Amino acid sequence: MTYLDHAATTPVLPEVLAAMTEQLGRVGNASSLHASGRAARRAAEQSRERLAEALGARPSEVLFTGGGTESDNLAVKGLFWARRQADSRRRRIVVSPAEHHAVLDSVEWLAKHDGADVTWLPVETTGRVTPAALAEALGDGTDVAVASVMWANNEIGTVNDIAALAAVAHEVGVPLHTDAVQAVGQVPVDFAASGAAALTMTGHKLGGPMGVGALLLRRDAECTPLLHGGGQERDVRSGTLDVAAIVGLAVATVAAVGSREDRAARLADLRGRLVEGVVEQVPDVQLNGARLDDRIAGGPGRLPGNAHLSFPGAEGDALLMLLDARGVECSTGSACSAGVARPSHVLLAVGADSDRARSSLRFSLGHTTTESDVEALLEVIGPVVERARRAGMNR
Amino acid sequence: MRVLAAMSGGVDSAVAAALAVDAGHDVTGVHLALSPDRQTLRSGARGCCSVEDSHDARRVADELGIPFYVWDLADRFTEDVVEDFVAEYAAGRTPNPCLRCNEKIKFTAVLDRARALGFDAVVTGHHARLADGELRRSVDAAKDQSYVLGVLRADQLAAAMFPLGSMTKDRVRKIAAERGFAVAAKPDSHDICFIPDGDTRGFLSRRLGSLPGPVVDVATGATVGEHEGTYGFTVGQRKGLGVTVGDQRPRYVLGIEPVSRTVTIGTRDLAGIGEVRTAPPTWTGPAPQLPFTAQVQLRAHATPVDCQVSAADDGGLRITLAEDQRGVAPGQSAVLYEPDAQRGDRVLGQAAVVIAL
Repeated sequence: MTYLDHAATTPVLPEVLAAMTEQLGRVGNASSLHASGRAARRAAEQSRERLAEALGARPSEVLFTGGGTESDNLAVKGLFWARRQADSRRRRIVVSPAEHHAVLDSVEWLAKHDGADVTWLPVETTGRVTPAALAEALGDGTDVAVASVMWANNEIGTVNDIAALAAVAHEVGVPLHTDAVQAVGQVPVDFAASGAAALTMTGHKLGGPMGVGALLLRRDAECTPLLHGGGQERDVRSGTLDVAAIVGLAVATVAAVGSREDRAARLADLRGRLVEGVVEQVPDVQLNGARLDDRIAGGPGRLPGNAHLSFPGAEGDALLMLLDARGVECSTGSACSAGVARPSHVLLAVGADSDRARSSLRFSLGHTTTESDVEALLEVIGPVVERARRAGMNR
Repeated sequence: MRVLAAMSGGVDSAVAAALAVDAGHDVTGVHLALSPDRQTLRSGARGCCSVEDSHDARRVADELGIPFYVWDLADRFTEDVVEDFVAEYAAGRTPNPCLRCNEKIKFTAVLDRARALGFDAVVTGHHARLADGELRRSVDAAKDQSYVLGVLRADQLAAAMFPLGSMTKDRVRKIAAERGFAVAAKPDSHDICFIPDGDTRGFLSRRLGSLPGPVVDVATGATVGEHEGTYGFTVGQRKGLGVTVGDQRPRYVLGIEPVSRTVTIGTRDLAGIGEVRTAPPTWTGPAPQLPFTAQVQLRAHATPVDCQVSAADDGGLRITLAEDQRGVAPGQSAVLYEPDAQRGDRVLGQAAVVIAL
């Protein structure tokens, strides 16, 4: 099997598996006062400290959650509610249209049910938001509750200059949330240095388990809870701590961040070979997003493992099925829960037409990807594209 | 063979896919998303197009260990089936959308796409027998779906597989239960999938609006009532006419004239049809030599009648019925069968009714 869908999820690291297995064998609720509880709490808090250190945050800024979707919901809704509570003029949310659905749908829910006004940020053809565009959208900031711009795009891999954007937001007193689910472990992420008020990250994109993530939330950021109960996480998030998952999350984060530089260089090389090889066989293939050598804020301007390509005249669905049948796994981008492919909102947001959006595939490389994976794809991509083109665009 | 299994989420297509896997084929499951605004959950027992139905299909595919995808054919379905349905009613005809869907969607759009993508055949859960290119009625007379497949041509049948034709529905459910499929007891879908509440007249009135016209009694030529749209009527219909004529005898719809929006009604003795003229036919195999004798079925679930089939001047057929029939409406398909008690009546072809005399 050739797995080129690491942006969907990536294999769990062996050290994560070992640490979680060990923890799962122990009894103890981290909120209990006895010895078993204390041992569990110690493991959870050590993990909090390690994760905080790896991401440039303070331990008290780490709120463990059930994953990226929960963190995004908590940040967007929680910051909106708290900020509007403090000043009823703050009804506006400033957000990029290329965000993940966890952010977009939260924003749209607030607009529909809770009186939020949405200002959509213009994005460049790469999907990037410029500080100038954010500044213009924020105005003097008095009516803005929260702004949200993702650190790196999950589909086309474009990296934003979050520090520059956060500085703009900070200037007018608006908290910036950033969804860094795809960025952590791929590009340098330092929460404190970024100036963001809140940052979403998750475990399973970097070698940790599914179902656990974190919201990094600055100590001065007021955030109304989504989940009420025991108040475990700074009274912002309730629920018994999933200690084994938290241990796994921290081990994975520390490992991914620690090995980031070497892996990024290796993946960028492999990704370059992949794109080059596809172009050789399908000369009219189109690269979506930023150039492969794009740079932003002193780092890569595109996730090193991301190749997002459009194959004119072929449907992404057909390409995926044909590749799947040949043992190559990738993704068409955004799919709704029913599996009906819709043209990617990200591609539409960056100005691609519907045909280009529907003819695209995302290949995402990760820590287990080798040269032979890339070669396996290149062995089949030519005939697959040819066959998919014969089937045409499904109308 | 590389086989594409069309999986609606119902028990029939689930078992059909399973049997194709058992037969040693390389099977890929596909659920057709046909409705442009799919509901999350099924409403009632009807339809096959909710997200829940696609999950049911996926659940079976996962158990079978076969790849599964959803193909979005909503635009094609809307254009070729739903709009056709509305346009046919607007023109005073009575279409069969299931037949149209088999013709245009399952065995054209899906089959073409499947072939282009390298598949050799499409397997479905239709209840009909298909062997050596000959399409026959199912052994389960009550579930037989050969009528709505009558529109298929030889090249389409050559790439079709209907593994359920030789078994009863009970047997299908039993196989599903034995395999532990959660859909084993799922109710049959019926009615028209894009009208989940079953209210065809309501659907058409939403689409076509109010198009009032007279209801005329053919015996006297008198206008005996008003209607809100000819689309609310089908030739042969008796109930729901909304008029009473002096003598209190039941009246039947005899004809629909879309331009003047006239619905003509008459008594039972006038409702009989002895001859049908059709549009040019399609044949499931080589075109038979005209004239010939056969049986014709004029509606889904109608009783077939003996007939003589001959050529009409315009390339259509003249079908003379051995006994008068009621409820023969323009737009319906006349499906011709060669009776065969042993192997099942063989479908010869079909033609759309143009005039019933």
